[in-house]
Amino acid sequence: MSMSSTPVGSGRRGPSALSNSLSPKVLGQAALAAVGKLDPRKLVGNPVIFTTEIVAVLSTVSAVVAVASGQAAGFAIQLALWLWATVLFANLAESVAEGRGKAAADSLRASRVTTKAKLIIDPKTGTIVPTPAHKLGIGEIVLVEAGDVVPADGEIIEGIASVNEAAITGESAPVIRESGGDRSAVTGGTTVVSDWIKVRITSAPGDTFLDRMIAMVEGAERRKTPNEIALAVLLAGLTLIFLIAVVTLLGLGAYSGVKLDPLVLGALFICLIPTTIGGLLSAIGIAGMDRLLKVNVLATSGRAVEAAGDVDTLLLDKTGTITFGNRMATEVISAPGVLPEAALRATLMASLGDETPEGRSIVDLARDKGLTLQAPEGATLIAFSAMTRQSGLDVGGKSWRKGAVDAVLKTLSLSPDQVPAELSAAVDRIARSGGTPLAVSEDGALMGVIHLKDVVKPGVKERFADLRRMGLRTVMITGDNPVTAAAIASEAGVDDFLAEATPEDKLRLIREEQAKGRLVAMCGDGANDAPALAQSDVGVAMQTGAQAAREAGNMVDLDSDPTKLIEIVEVGKQMLITRGALTTFSVANDVAKYFAIIPAIFVAGLPALGALNVMHLTSPQSAILSAVIFNAVIIVMLIPLALRGVTYRAIGAGKLLSRNLAIYGLGGLVAPFIGIKLVDMLVTALGLA
Amino acid sequence: MNWQGWAEIALTLALIVGLGWPIGIYLARVWRGDSTWLDPVLKPVEAAIYAACGVKPEKGQNWLGYAGAFLGFSAASFVVLYLILRFQDLLPLNPQGFAGLAPHLAFNTAISFVTNTNWQSYVPETTVSTFSQMAGLTSHNFLSAAAGMAVAAALARAFAANRGENLGDFWVDLTRISLYVLLPISFVIAIVFVGLGMPQTLAAHIDATTLEGAKQTISLYPTASQEAIKQLGTNGGGVFNANSAHPFENPNAITNLIEIVIMNALSFGCVIAFGRVAFAKAEARALVAVMTILLSLGAAGIYAAEVQPAPAQVAAHAAPGPNMEGKEVRFGAPSTAIWTAATTGASDGGVNSMHDSLMPLGGGIALFLIQLGEIIPGGVGSGLYGMVVMALIAVFVAGLMVGRTPEYLGKKVEAREVKFAMLAVLILPTAILGFSAVAAVLPAALAGLLNHGPHGLSEIVYAYSSAAGNNGSAFAGLTANAPYWDTTLGIAMILGRFAYAIPVLAIAGALAAKPKLAPTSGSFPTDGPLFIGLLIGVVLIMGGLQFFPALALGPIVEHFQVLQAVAGH
Repeated sequence: MSMSSTPVGSGRRGPSALSNSLSPKVLGQAALAAVGKLDPRKLVGNPVIFTTEIVAVLSTVSAVVAVASGQAAGFAIQLALWLWATVLFANLAESVAEGRGKAAADSLRASRVTTKAKLIIDPKTGTIVPTPAHKLGIGEIVLVEAGDVVPADGEIIEGIASVNEAAITGESAPVIRESGGDRSAVTGGTTVVSDWIKVRITSAPGDTFLDRMIAMVEGAERRKTPNEIALAVLLAGLTLIFLIAVVTLLGLGAYSGVKLDPLVLGALFICLIPTTIGGLLSAIGIAGMDRLLKVNVLATSGRAVEAAGDVDTLLLDKTGTITFGNRMATEVISAPGVLPEAALRATLMASLGDETPEGRSIVDLARDKGLTLQAPEGATLIAFSAMTRQSGLDVGGKSWRKGAVDAVLKTLSLSPDQVPAELSAAVDRIARSGGTPLAVSEDGALMGVIHLKDVVKPGVKERFADLRRMGLRTVMITGDNPVTAAAIASEAGVDDFLAEATPEDKLRLIREEQAKGRLVAMCGDGANDAPALAQSDVGVAMQTGAQAAREAGNMVDLDSDPTKLIEIVEVGKQMLITRGALTTFSVANDVAKYFAIIPAIFVAGLPALGALNVMHLTSPQSAILSAVIFNAVIIVMLIPLALRGVTYRAIGAGKLLSRNLAIYGLGGLVAPFIGIKLVDMLVTALGLA
Repeated sequence: MNWQGWAEIALTLALIVGLGWPIGIYLARVWRGDSTWLDPVLKPVEAAIYAACGVKPEKGQNWLGYAGAFLGFSAASFVVLYLILRFQDLLPLNPQGFAGLAPHLAFNTAISFVTNTNWQSYVPETTVSTFSQMAGLTSHNFLSAAAGMAVAAALARAFAANRGENLGDFWVDLTRISLYVLLPISFVIAIVFVGLGMPQTLAAHIDATTLEGAKQTISLYPTASQEAIKQLGTNGGGVFNANSAHPFENPNAITNLIEIVIMNALSFGCVIAFGRVAFAKAEARALVAVMTILLSLGAAGIYAAEVQPAPAQVAAHAAPGPNMEGKEVRFGAPSTAIWTAATTGASDGGVNSMHDSLMPLGGGIALFLIQLGEIIPGGVGSGLYGMVVMALIAVFVAGLMVGRTPEYLGKKVEAREVKFAMLAVLILPTAILGFSAVAAVLPAALAGLLNHGPHGLSEIVYAYSSAAGNNGSAFAGLTANAPYWDTTLGIAMILGRFAYAIPVLAIAGALAAKPKLAPTSGSFPTDGPLFIGLLIGVVLIMGGLQFFPALALGPIVEHFQVLQAVAGH
């Protein structure tokens, strides 16, 4: 097994210090930390391993007594050492998992602001007082200029700047941040590369995004997730059952005339209790968060990661997730009696004031057709707005407009039946094909229709088919009209769509799904997405998004890539699968351990029970020692699996279950028979027992 | 072993499951409060009972209310039954003139019948008056069975609920199950039994003169009516010490077949009814399959063990043949095997052979069937809820492997359910192994033991398994009517019944409050062969892990000793 962990994502670079390998340094620190975790106060939260430590202490005492009284103590000493090794290996699993996060946290910490912030104490005069970043309060306003580090999380109230967010996202290309709108949030620790901004501080010192990120990565704020608690209850219950089974052997054995060594009973007990999963449980949880971090998603709690595995419905924004963000102009259809060149020219004129990607794609289309124009002197550019849903240009009494068909018709005071039949047919055809028709007018006359096409991303359809097999329903959210939405929905293969969606519609849809008992995941970046993000069970906010959205979600995607939702669900599932697989393996292992130890402890008094020694282990002592060694070593052998996670395959629950049951259930039954036999051969060869 | 033997076992199993189906469909109607064809006769009676007892059938109870009613009813029943047994000499219908029972025996017996165990530390025909038998013991054969089925009904409703808390009304369930299910079916079976030659009389005994001219006093009882509910309600307490090996309790092959079938049919019926009430018919069929497969394995194992010659036969170089010690010659090995598996799997406890005389492996399988938690198919109602607890554990562990928080029948399985499920599961090893380990070293307990060595240990472990599993069959070889045994076995019965049923009701309360989720293709499938295999594995591994050491020191070591002894001859 390789010690590296495979990121779920497509090789995106995580925060700088997140290495994929376990370096010797990390391992060394983890080993030290594992020893530190022997402190019973730290272990008490893990009942199985805590119990193991108690038995290790008792067996050590018994070994010491044996040595002191001059008895042959070699066997007792070995047993005690292996019991301690069991505890240490379990601790090691946890500290290795934590260690990888710590390395990342250290590098994050280095980017924390130590320089002084420029606090504006009087907004009118703009008087600036240099103030240490950790003394900034919520609501205070600071000036951040080119070269400065943003001192704390905040909202830009004035200015525009390009900001390097590599400290948070690992992405070194600067992004634009400006006041107003959904790109007004800045994060402490990022650097302004050009221009200046005035920032109102929105987080208290020590509670900035960076601080929380460090805490999450380090696992300092790690709380047990609901499923982890349930599993811990099950493991504690099993531990109690085995305690009863082993302690009562004292009475049953005494009746049968077998003298049982308490040390051996302790060894049997430790072999039976689920030390494998008990030792790896917290490592699995930490590694799950870690895997998310590797794909550049930061979860605010393990609970959110777990919920991700349970998600039933995915709400996906059409734009950017299902289709490429920008619709592209692909053709201009001229109105009857209008020359194609005239229509193209009108289209270009109307789009000169449109800085949206769609508007620019029209300019590109015109250029491809050999037409380039500059806005005439004194022209009034009318930018596209969501309110008017059109853009245009007015100059010298002439006017051009371009925009949503109904909006343009309204401006022209035309009713739909006044539109020439050829144009109406073109509009319908475009809409039915999933495109967006835009109408173009010049001086109050319809000139033609632009075909904006929404291109579905390659591979998306296959991804949704996978999701369906995983049991997830995908719902496409779009502001498009129902006809357009339906065309794209069928092209992309989503299960359902919500057309002409407002933020309120989104919220209502989430509530409806939840009322049916479904868990909903969505991603969003706008401030108006915040209520829906808060309502959803897994809300992924984009790092580039509004501060309100980032606060409302329970995960932040540092790459601001909405397709991440799918990877997040897979990481959640993988974490649950790993837990189940190792629990099953751990419990199934007990069968072989019984067959090793029961004949060994009774064969002296009841020779007939030697028949149960199906593994033909050399001697009672070698059998017991082999079982204990196997029990300890298996934890170490499974650490890489716990950290990497059991591979998730979108093959449907039934197939997945039979596959995992075969590997971890049947495998768990068979593997220890082989493993204990091998250890026994080794123990015998080395003359240890 | 021969094909006739296997055919007999297979036919009996087919009849059991086949009869369970229509009973379950009918039982579901009774649980839901739907109309039945007995309404014209019984509806007025039901209404009169509610009016007299002040029950408001529409109101319903949450899990605490339901559990409180169940506990309160059982406690009151215990007190009344204890007093009847203790002072039967002062009560009417005591033609035999029996004295009141000793305090420890009255305690043990009252607990035994209230918990649907029907362990009998006494010899019935020389201890219990006709009044005690009819008013005391027989009435609890009905009521304790009805109470167990009521808890199962509450659990079924919990799975059907969507964010609710109403589990139904315990008093209504108790009344309807007794009135519409247990009484009419027992009535019909009792008539059939009378027709097949069972006595049904209030006379105490008849005096007979044997061929040798000796005078013999043969006890009589209203046997047929008791026999019907004894099996139907998985009670198992006979009116004769020899139980269904006695010719009055089991006159011929046909009564033998009927008794085997009805002691399992209603338990299977509870599963079918559960599926209908919880909207999970396919999943209930999977549970039936699990029970049927395990029961078949048990019967086959016992049959295979019992056709071996007994060690004593080998030692005496007698003609080889099946081990007939302790078996009714009329019934033979196959019928003994299927009966033994059925009675130990079903928490019935009635016997048609002496389990103490089974081969070590045959007795070991019977013991293990009890230790699996009385879920194959278990007691009426209790078998179903025991199996559902195992299913919850199976789903919780393995269900994670499909990458979702585990769900069973549309309900998420979370910390609370796991906690109570583990609490319930813990009871059996605690009561069985705990009491056995103490008894195995306590002189006061060992004094009652007739055998020593592994067989003696099997007797001890069997007694506590039978008590904690609310089975009631005895391995015998143990003089249990002594203060120590009566008291500890009584406590084991209380634990096995209430420390299991109360967590089950707590689970029901927690499940009812959850939303009922619709299954998706990502959900854990709980109705196919995969789940059946998984649940069988979980039941066997969980049971095996708990009891393997104890079994190793009892039947397993005895088995190897017998093999070695046989090899030595």
